[in-house]
Amino acid sequence: MHSDTRLISIWFFIGILLVCYGVLIFAASWYYAANPPANPVVLADLHIGIWWGLMILVIGIFYTWKFRPGKHNG
Amino acid sequence: MPFSAALLLTTVPGRLVSLGAVDIAIIALYFVMVLGIGLYLKRYTTTGEEFFLAGRDMSAWVAGLSFLAANLGSLELMGWAAAAYQYGILATHWYWIGAIPAMLFLGIVMMPFYYISKTHSVPGYLKLRFGEPSRALSAITFAIMTVLMSGINMYSMALVMNVVLGWDINFSIWVSSLTVGVYVALGGLLSAIFNEVLQFVLIWLGAMVISIVGLIETGGWSGMVARIHANFPGQEYTHLWSNLGHFSDNPMGIHWTGIVLGLGGVISFGYWTTDFLVVQRVLSARDLRSAQMAPIIGAAFKMAVPFIVVVPGLLGLAVLPEHLVGESQAAATGAHTYNEVLPLMLARYCGPGLLGLGITALVAGFMSGMAGNVTAFSTVWTYDIYRANIRKNATDAHYVSVGRWCTIIGVLVSIGAAYLVMQFLSIMDYVQALFSFFIAPLFGTVLLGMLWKRATPAGGFWGLLFGTVSSIAMWLWVKLDPPALSIIALSPHAKDMAENMYRALWSWIICVTVTVIVSLMTKPDPNASLVGLVYGETDIPSDGHLPLYQRPIFWAVIVALVFAVLNIIFW
Repeated sequence: MHSDTRLISIWFFIGILLVCYGVLIFAASWYYAANPPANPVVLADLHIGIWWGLMILVIGIFYTWKFRPGKHNG
Repeated sequence: MPFSAALLLTTVPGRLVSLGAVDIAIIALYFVMVLGIGLYLKRYTTTGEEFFLAGRDMSAWVAGLSFLAANLGSLELMGWAAAAYQYGILATHWYWIGAIPAMLFLGIVMMPFYYISKTHSVPGYLKLRFGEPSRALSAITFAIMTVLMSGINMYSMALVMNVVLGWDINFSIWVSSLTVGVYVALGGLLSAIFNEVLQFVLIWLGAMVISIVGLIETGGWSGMVARIHANFPGQEYTHLWSNLGHFSDNPMGIHWTGIVLGLGGVISFGYWTTDFLVVQRVLSARDLRSAQMAPIIGAAFKMAVPFIVVVPGLLGLAVLPEHLVGESQAAATGAHTYNEVLPLMLARYCGPGLLGLGITALVAGFMSGMAGNVTAFSTVWTYDIYRANIRKNATDAHYVSVGRWCTIIGVLVSIGAAYLVMQFLSIMDYVQALFSFFIAPLFGTVLLGMLWKRATPAGGFWGLLFGTVSSIAMWLWVKLDPPALSIIALSPHAKDMAENMYRALWSWIICVTVTVIVSLMTKPDPNASLVGLVYGETDIPSDGHLPLYQRPIFWAVIVALVFAVLNIIFW
């Protein structure tokens, strides 16, 4: 492996993607909670998308920060 | 078939869902990320060791998750959800007894020989242990199997896209497979492993929603079981072992001996310990301890996978208003097939955003399986076929270049295989048939090679050849004369799945028997040539100086205990 350029951790890439996904899913679910579609999914009143989006966002922020480039992760 | 952007606009009537802008954005972001990772990693894969074995620098966690993700292809996601709908919780056997003992055996017993021998592939180990003929036979059969398996992945993915989104099957096959081809050709195994870990996370986040919301709808596990009993009175879908006493007592038509000996004893050990697709990920570990821990970490997660695959199938039995049917009946009646249960459940619970994540999870699963096949094919072709037989003394850079081109060619051949797979009615049965052709005999050969010093090169070669040929012969026998099934599976009540189990078992027994007989009739190799390859001639580093919680055997015992408890709970 090239020692002159340190490889960015895969967990950083995962964190970035999860942040994007968390924002998109949270925002979309929030919008559709306020503007319900004509054919809602089963158990739509649980608003699972809002909670799932928030969870993904939090996980994504954690991994992005924890494994950011330049930080030694052991 | 040439790619055409117009295919994107081709739809079929009756699709399950329509994607919104946010769903398409989520899928597009995924494709951008995997291609970006491939592009980023290209600079880190300039030598053969880096391209084909990720520089042997992966941590136990990354190697372990990649080891598992490479197996999370169509077989795991769509196929086993379908099997869970068709056969009930019996499908879980392919995750527990059909995986856990073998994965632990790989980590504790076999990995030291693979790792210490410094082989780059499973056929490479056979070359060191049994000579060139065994390697050639193994490499060629493996190459055939990987492209066919890759074709299965592609077809399954295209089927999902067709059913769920109405996308043209040809469009799905070409876009996903070329994406895999590009990122693997750029970054080799390193890129495949990075993306497999990413795909592993997405698969869990995308698929877990179905099980959680589904169990909320049914009122938990007991509520789900009650609904299944109400929907299918008199049929048993929710016990793992109690209905395996006779072939006719369970929907799979199999006896417990077939599950224990055929699946748990031969097929799973063959797949998890000798299929280079998964073993290659573990060989990328940075040291022996990491290489031993990787399959154990994989086993721990493997035990949990039924929650995102089998549970959705069972939930389908409980909550779907219609009864799903087999392919031929669906073609005649227009009903949905077993294979569509996962997309149907996805459409039932996931709104905009979550739907995009769920579709991304499916695509990620298919692509990780496909990448596993492509990287393994590229390595075996380059090292075990091209370098061994076509150009022996080229530079390292030349072999890396061959590996990159081979990746693209492998993808194109796999696409051809996908169109062949479309002709088969049942994806799962076809996959099982493939396993028993090649994997079961190979396990016999590798196992004897590692554990029995007296096994000779001639014994290894003829055992492998006879085992493989006998497996194909038994398969053809049943195809041409269906009543032969009762002879191979030892019961007139046996069904296809049982036949696959017993065919694997017989082919393994034939391989081992022939290997032993021929070995005893031929001159053994001198002990000095077996150092680092065989039990008794290999100095395996002791981990006695490590604290208990850092030793692979400690974690293997923990996983084995959890495995035993789970089987008792769902007995």
